[in-house]
Amino acid sequence: MRAALSRLDAKGSPYLYIVPFFLLFGVFGLWPLLYTGYVSFNDWDLLDAGEHTWVGLANYRELLGDAYFWNALGNTLSIWVLSTVPQLLAALWIAHLLNHRLRARTSLRMGVLLPNITSIVAVTIVFTQMFGRDFGMINWLLGIVGAGPVDWQANTWSSHLAISLIVAWRWTGYNALIYLASMQAIPHDLYEAADLDGANQRQQFWRITVPQLRPTIMFTAVISTIGGLQIMAEPLLFAGTSTPTGGSDRQFQTAALFMYEQGFREFRFGYASAIAWTLCLVIAVFAVANFLLTRRIANDEK
Amino acid sequence: MTLLAPVEKPAPPVEKRPVRRRVFGYPRRASVWTYAALLAVVAGSVFPLYWSLVVSSQTSEAVAQVPPVLVPGGHLFDNIARVFDSTDFGQALLNSLIVSGSVTVSVVFFSTLAGFAFAKLRFRGRKVLLVLAIATSMVPQQLGIIPLYLLMAKLGWTDHLAAVIVPGLVTAFGVFFMTQYLGRAVPDELLEAGRVDGCSTFGLYWHVVLPAARPAAAVLGLFTFMQAWNDFFWPLVVLQDNATVQVALSSLASGYTTDYTLTLTGTLLATLPILVIFMLLGRQIVGGIMQGAIKG
Repeated sequence: MRAALSRLDAKGSPYLYIVPFFLLFGVFGLWPLLYTGYVSFNDWDLLDAGEHTWVGLANYRELLGDAYFWNALGNTLSIWVLSTVPQLLAALWIAHLLNHRLRARTSLRMGVLLPNITSIVAVTIVFTQMFGRDFGMINWLLGIVGAGPVDWQANTWSSHLAISLIVAWRWTGYNALIYLASMQAIPHDLYEAADLDGANQRQQFWRITVPQLRPTIMFTAVISTIGGLQIMAEPLLFAGTSTPTGGSDRQFQTAALFMYEQGFREFRFGYASAIAWTLCLVIAVFAVANFLLTRRIANDEK
Repeated sequence: MTLLAPVEKPAPPVEKRPVRRRVFGYPRRASVWTYAALLAVVAGSVFPLYWSLVVSSQTSEAVAQVPPVLVPGGHLFDNIARVFDSTDFGQALLNSLIVSGSVTVSVVFFSTLAGFAFAKLRFRGRKVLLVLAIATSMVPQQLGIIPLYLLMAKLGWTDHLAAVIVPGLVTAFGVFFMTQYLGRAVPDELLEAGRVDGCSTFGLYWHVVLPAARPAAAVLGLFTFMQAWNDFFWPLVVLQDNATVQVALSSLASGYTTDYTLTLTGTLLATLPILVIFMLLGRQIVGGIMQGAIKG
């Protein structure tokens, strides 16, 4: 009897230990995402869960003809590219700097990571103040070098630039530490051999360090895609009002923010769900494309 | 149980310093330019936080000046008092503390439990389930927010902290992180010995795994706490009238006329707890990320 119980314990209990994770994730993580699909096929305009009618693809048809949606999607991609590319390049450079024999090593690493531990809300509020049209620090600095004051929220390009800077500021140091960790795993004899061959530091960086980091670069590219295409808090708060339109002409409304507006200001749950699923598809396509692209570059170099 | 008493403490990996190979001179010694560039980067990292201190210690008139005032003034405590007058910031701080605290305890507990099973126990479907668990961290959960809201409305949890706590009780990242750590940190012989002594699997978890997991649990706890404290989108949707710190902050910042001394004081107050944690345990946080931490 004891032996049987003990066997049961050994065979069965592992499932018991992982079940809380799968159960909770299933109910609060996966199910909502799947159910979003069902909601998106309905006209679901009221909070009451009983009040909805099946409309088939009507929400998607409306979405494809909605200029606001295409605008939001374009803004999302623009902000994503503007924030991700410089961010990953800067991270690579900072990681390279940190990959030296340094005094105060831990303090420097902490200093680089600091932006990442602050909240998006706090960061965006501080930057929005600094980007202020009349009394902002950035316009003051621009004034010193003779450039005119910019109304950062008013234009498409300037608002995208400002929001991208906010995003990049928060994530560059984090990515730098990820890169640094894999730089430290590169075998030293590669550099030694390059030294003997007379390769200078710049050549070594591009010919040894970067190729060795390819898997990590691929990883960060995919993660930044998944995160970057869901951006919503930065444009919401950058506007400085509680209106989720991303500026008076929707010049910096992202797709996720458009979803929020349709769902929780217009209370069009069906339509907002169609936005969510479409964005999900876009994210999947871009993540896979990014993965293949970075892998291909890696193979070409070999 | 006597066999288990002196649980061997695994070397905490976050503290491990890489072996320096001075013989070959790699990594290279940093030049003055390297230091200068790094200091510039750090200055850029710190400046926005410094700036929020500057603005929050000035009067509104002093902030609306060109050129701007660049050093802190003496009005910080007046401004803090104004923040507490204009919103229920104390309640918001308390709410965030409750949410982040309970989410942290739960994530650490369940992640260690699942990590133990994945790393140390043999069962059918282990590999597939582990891959599934890791893959879930890629799911853009933010996009499932509408059914989640409908669910919370049905449960009657809107404006209750439970609506934010319960979905946060587990994370895929936590499971992945603990699986990796426990695979390295708990020797199989120790578990075998425990079994011979008649320990049940939960007994092994409680007496062997939990003590051994402490360093990693601390790092995971830190990450989870900071992430929960900084969470914004979901609390904004579901906690309209019972705000967490981030939600309170956002409504402070989106009034008709924005009073920057007020909002940046709020920002400073909301960031301070995280900043204190970072000052005390930054080394562990940096180490955790470099151990292969992925954002959850």
